[in-house]
Amino acid sequence: MSNPRAEMVIRKQLIVEAPAERAYRVFSGSMGLWWPREHHIGGSPLKDCIVEPRVNGRWYEVCEDGSQCDWGKVLTWDPPRRLVLAWQLNPEFKYDPSLVTEVEVSFTALGPRRTQVDFEHRNLERFGAAAERLRKDMDQGWGQILESFARAAVG
Amino acid sequence: MGNRIEGFAALADPTRRQVFERLARRPLSVGAIAAELPVSRPAVSQHLRVLTHAGLVVHDRHGTRRVYRIDPRGIAAMRKYLDKFWDRALAAFKAAAEKETDS
Repeated sequence: MSNPRAEMVIRKQLIVEAPAERAYRVFSGSMGLWWPREHHIGGSPLKDCIVEPRVNGRWYEVCEDGSQCDWGKVLTWDPPRRLVLAWQLNPEFKYDPSLVTEVEVSFTALGPRRTQVDFEHRNLERFGAAAERLRKDMDQGWGQILESFARAAVG
Repeated sequence: MGNRIEGFAALADPTRRQVFERLARRPLSVGAIAAELPVSRPAVSQHLRVLTHAGLVVHDRHGTRRVYRIDPRGIAAMRKYLDKFWDRALAAFKAAAEKETDS
């Protein structure tokens, strides 16, 4: 069996033929350019993804109808070296401010036009608590439905 | 979706998560887990039942002993989804960064 602890973390490494400054800028400042279009949570098609360039800045999507949906926030803003984002979408892809899984991206210049990008999405085990809350919410939903059914039946 | 939620919900309990994390380090018997954590054997067995039901752990029989280990397929559902997603996203990021000019 491969290292089971690795199951709670996703790690990727890639080489980008671009200066570190540009790689950082495209990753954080032009996310809408490269983010897979169908992977978003809003009701209308995805128009842009925004990372506000500061600690505690918002990370959110903008839909074509102008609506916005939060995805998380900026935890570390250190251009052109390191970016840490809080991914706060639960297992049902709804924003949950009490859930924090971390996406860390490090940029290491290997040359003037060559950058190593180390990517990590960690704390995946925290989806557990979020899933538990989801289940409770669902129970509550059913409770309300049964209650109004009972009222209707009695009334 | 149901199984994915089940799996992650099973990890919401802090003691159960501890049990799971011990097993993530190495396969263990009920007795060995109970010795490492301030939890009784019956409680450990109960946590293992929930984790097994959620598809997070499996066990092998060694004589009369059951040795538990994590089932990477269970915990992997969300991870696998995100893993594939990030592969696609990072490939697209690389292409965008290499096409962009430094203006």
